[in-house]
Amino acid sequence: MWMNLLLAIATLLLLAGAFGALLGYASVRLRRDDDSLVEQIDAVLPQTQCGQCGYPGCRPYAEAIAEGDAINKCPPGGEATIQSLANLLDVEPQPLDAEHGEEQPKRVAYIREAECIGCTKCIQACPVDAIVGAPKFMHTVIESECTGCDLCVDPCPVDCIDMIEVARGIDDWVPPHPADRPLTHDGPVIATDQRPAEASA
Amino acid sequence: MGTQFDFPGGIHPPDNKLRSLQTPIRQAPLPDRLTVPLRQHRGDPGRVVVAVGDHVLTGQPLSEGQPGRSVPVHAPTSGTITAIKSHEVPHASGLEETCILIEADGRDQWYKLAPCPDSASTAERYDHLHRTGVVGLGGAGFPTRDKLQSAEAAPDVLILNGAECEPYITADQALMRERPDSVVAGALALWRLVGAGRCLIGIEDNKPDAIEALRQSAEGTSVEIRVVATRYPSGGERQLIQLLTGLEVPSGGLPADVGVLCQNVATAVAVDRSLRLGEPVIQRITTLTGEALARPGNIEARIGTPLDHLLFEAGLDPQRLHRLIMGGPLMGFDLTTTGLPLIKTANCLIAGTAGEFPDPPVPQPCIRCGLCEQACPVDLLPQQLYWFASAGEHRKAEHFDLFDCIECGACDWVCPSHLPLTEYYRHSKGVLRQEQKEQAEADHARQRFEERQARLEREQAEREERRRARQQAREQRHNVAPAEASEAATAAATSPTAPGPDRETLIQRRDQARQKVEEAQAQLAEAREQTPEAVPKLERALNKHQKRLDAAEKALSDAQEDT
Amino acid sequence: MLTTQRIMLWVMAATLPGLLALIHFFGWGVLINVLWCMGIAMATEALILWIRARPVQHTLMDGSAALTGLLLGLSLPPLLPWWIALVATASAIILAKHLYGGLGSNLFNPAMVGYALVLVSFPEAMSTRWALPLSLQETPLSLLDSLSVFTGLGSTSVDAFTGATPLDDYKHAIDGAIASQVTTAPIYGDRVALGWEWVNLGFLAGGLLLIQRRIITWHIPVSLLGALTIMALLFGYDPDQSVPLSLHLLAGGTMLGAFFIATDPVSAATSNRGKLWYGAGIGVLLYTIRAWGSYPDAVAFAVLLMNLAVPFLDYYTRPRTRGHKRAGRGVPS
Repeated sequence: MWMNLLLAIATLLLLAGAFGALLGYASVRLRRDDDSLVEQIDAVLPQTQCGQCGYPGCRPYAEAIAEGDAINKCPPGGEATIQSLANLLDVEPQPLDAEHGEEQPKRVAYIREAECIGCTKCIQACPVDAIVGAPKFMHTVIESECTGCDLCVDPCPVDCIDMIEVARGIDDWVPPHPADRPLTHDGPVIATDQRPAEASA
Repeated sequence: MGTQFDFPGGIHPPDNKLRSLQTPIRQAPLPDRLTVPLRQHRGDPGRVVVAVGDHVLTGQPLSEGQPGRSVPVHAPTSGTITAIKSHEVPHASGLEETCILIEADGRDQWYKLAPCPDSASTAERYDHLHRTGVVGLGGAGFPTRDKLQSAEAAPDVLILNGAECEPYITADQALMRERPDSVVAGALALWRLVGAGRCLIGIEDNKPDAIEALRQSAEGTSVEIRVVATRYPSGGERQLIQLLTGLEVPSGGLPADVGVLCQNVATAVAVDRSLRLGEPVIQRITTLTGEALARPGNIEARIGTPLDHLLFEAGLDPQRLHRLIMGGPLMGFDLTTTGLPLIKTANCLIAGTAGEFPDPPVPQPCIRCGLCEQACPVDLLPQQLYWFASAGEHRKAEHFDLFDCIECGACDWVCPSHLPLTEYYRHSKGVLRQEQKEQAEADHARQRFEERQARLEREQAEREERRRARQQAREQRHNVAPAEASEAATAAATSPTAPGPDRETLIQRRDQARQKVEEAQAQLAEAREQTPEAVPKLERALNKHQKRLDAAEKALSDAQEDT
Repeated sequence: MLTTQRIMLWVMAATLPGLLALIHFFGWGVLINVLWCMGIAMATEALILWIRARPVQHTLMDGSAALTGLLLGLSLPPLLPWWIALVATASAIILAKHLYGGLGSNLFNPAMVGYALVLVSFPEAMSTRWALPLSLQETPLSLLDSLSVFTGLGSTSVDAFTGATPLDDYKHAIDGAIASQVTTAPIYGDRVALGWEWVNLGFLAGGLLLIQRRIITWHIPVSLLGALTIMALLFGYDPDQSVPLSLHLLAGGTMLGAFFIATDPVSAATSNRGKLWYGAGIGVLLYTIRAWGSYPDAVAFAVLLMNLAVPFLDYYTRPRTRGHKRAGRGVPS
């Protein structure tokens, strides 16, 4: 009786040990190449290079994530990026860490050219070379290249840079999710639990 | 008649076409004001070539297109340009786009038109079509030139699409039954242009009058009239190709990939008029129908005509109007205002009453009954796509071939739970396209960022190098000949550039550097074999030596240039 | 145009021939069961909807709960006490349907979950409460007697009215006898199985109506019955050894299962090809459990086991989208 019990426990322990070792070996042996992981994470990040995550650019943050940093520090990417990162790394998505900022619609920098003194400070700050200009000449933002990181706003000594929301045209229009569309009828939506219906019970 | 092939699925909704077929095609009176959107095609808007205040003539170009990207638009009538501004355009989004507003002078004076000369090459003819603003008039608005040019070789089959399978729409039917000669002429013009082996006109069997008229007109030509059984969506390009030839256009590909070219019948007529008369696309036949209209029918109107002008012509009863749809009831979209202009792709305008288009019932849960699957003309699993799209799992929907969906709406039609399935698919596609776009932008930004970083590092390294070179030069002078220092100092004071160390020293230094590089290389090679952990360190060292060597070489060559 | 509600109504209407045959041959117990189960199903559904803050009346009108109740009522033995039917129905609606998210989200066929649950929980009642055909009962069970058995009030003893079903009887009797001896028992009647043959033909007729109305497709019934036939011919060709094909098809719940239960779209495979495999799987399992398992009938277990296999089938049986060279598979991870 006792013998049987001990035997069972021993067998289970042995099995657990063997499989644990196997898993451990596999996780070491088959570990993803760190570089390729960083590449993949970097590909998911929005590349605004804004530094809101606390790292000097998207790639450093990607490296930090690969080392185990939290995935919710990227406000420009917002929920979508967190979701993609969670999928990629197979971890639970977390809400955006408000400490690093809030998700905002896409914006671009705009220089009020009449006020620009041509100091080139914004040009040096721009991580993607989206501002053109020369010393003592006014600068301007190439809108199509601007990532909206607002790193140029602070250095400007005369505060002539605004972040303006990008007007969304037909090309950017996404047909609405039917559940978000105003209903044409007065009845409650019942097809889904995701949006609580006004109970008519 | 050849063998009939088939496509899967399809539905038989009531066609409601008779209402608009009671009268012949009418001419719409010229409106006082017209609004011409710059973009009435797939692609980007063209570049405006007129200015506010200009007087333009009928058919005069208003914008300039770029083949492959944009198509020009033309003045639909003569008059004065009063504004070039954002204006609501007929689009599912209800958003605004740049339009050219014209106040008609009522004289309708024509611009001097230039027909395509007989001697023109095929490429020149294609460009001529592009200059005259010809786009697909069936609804998609694909630039005709780009479509014709998509075929590398002459296609085997040219198909003219006269199926017009969607309920309510009769614009093509009216055109075919009343102007069969011009349709056949258009077919022949296109055929000559692309040099296909055969030319077929596909038409559904619910249009006997049009079939009869076309048969008579096509007599004596080799244009074949092919009658297909009425079933929605037989007029979808891929479906019609499958019906007439049995060929499947590959996913993501073009009909040209299977040697077929497909054009709408109205487009063929426009091609003919463009080539023969030089006439740009400034008018089209549009079906005005729906129970809220007292005088439904087909009307030939100028592009840019305000829709309320047309609806008034057709006797709109605003009290009864419940839904205004551009296009058909299955694939069209709702308009929220009548102040929009007629555009090249508007083949139908339905002013429906509440009785005709009751509000959709409350959607019920999907029970996976599979009716949608039986109706799908491309053999998708619509219920599966719906699960993914409604849950926001767009990638999975894409994996289930979401982008092969032609958005025909057959699944919506049969869904017993009244789910707006196609709306979900459109949303999902929109999200995926947006994601793709954002990804491309992000990749672009990354590239620029990395290039900038590389440049900054390079500049930093160069600065560093110059600084070191200067420092070394100073040390050299102190070490080699302290006595000459004062002399050197005076030389430095007199000449703008301080003289560097002499040539021998530089050569010596370079040789030393080279030796070090070679040593480092040897060490590295050895380490690779024996002590791999030391490799990165040695690589860095080698790098450093290499840089020093480069600098030394540069300094030497600079010195040689100076002397 | 079909609506969800109309689909449910059509399915319920199509069970009428089979239901009438059941009542005709086996008495009022069937009708009491059906009405009781439908009532319980709708009441439970209403309660859960109220708890979930869904619009009760609107959702009840879709008829899916009523249909679940009806199918359970048709499957349960006719002389079951009320509380067993209640347990079966309530667990069908609560456990199998609403815990998964309600209509359209359930993994398993609710009616069969309820059935299987009481089958394993109350095996004795579930196997001994089958009514004998009325013509074989000494004094045919009256409506009053049926009610008294159902409620457990009164003193009517059920033993006089119950007996083994033909499938059950044959399976055990054939061990020590040959076919001609076994089938002399009165429950086999003159043809295949007294009463049961008409019940099954009734469900067959209703099922054909559903196919004709395009409410179900032919794939599942055809592959199910086909697979069952092949299995029966392959392994049970000798009626002196095992239950013959005729009994497999026309006694027990085969037709009800093939046309009304296995075809429940929510829990069945998605594509046409998947449905063929799904139906065939049920047919094979049905025969396997009947022939070599300990249950005389096995529609519930066969259906539930194949419900489990649906995600797997769906993964491998996607149809080829037009314009693609070959069919895609499953979902990306």
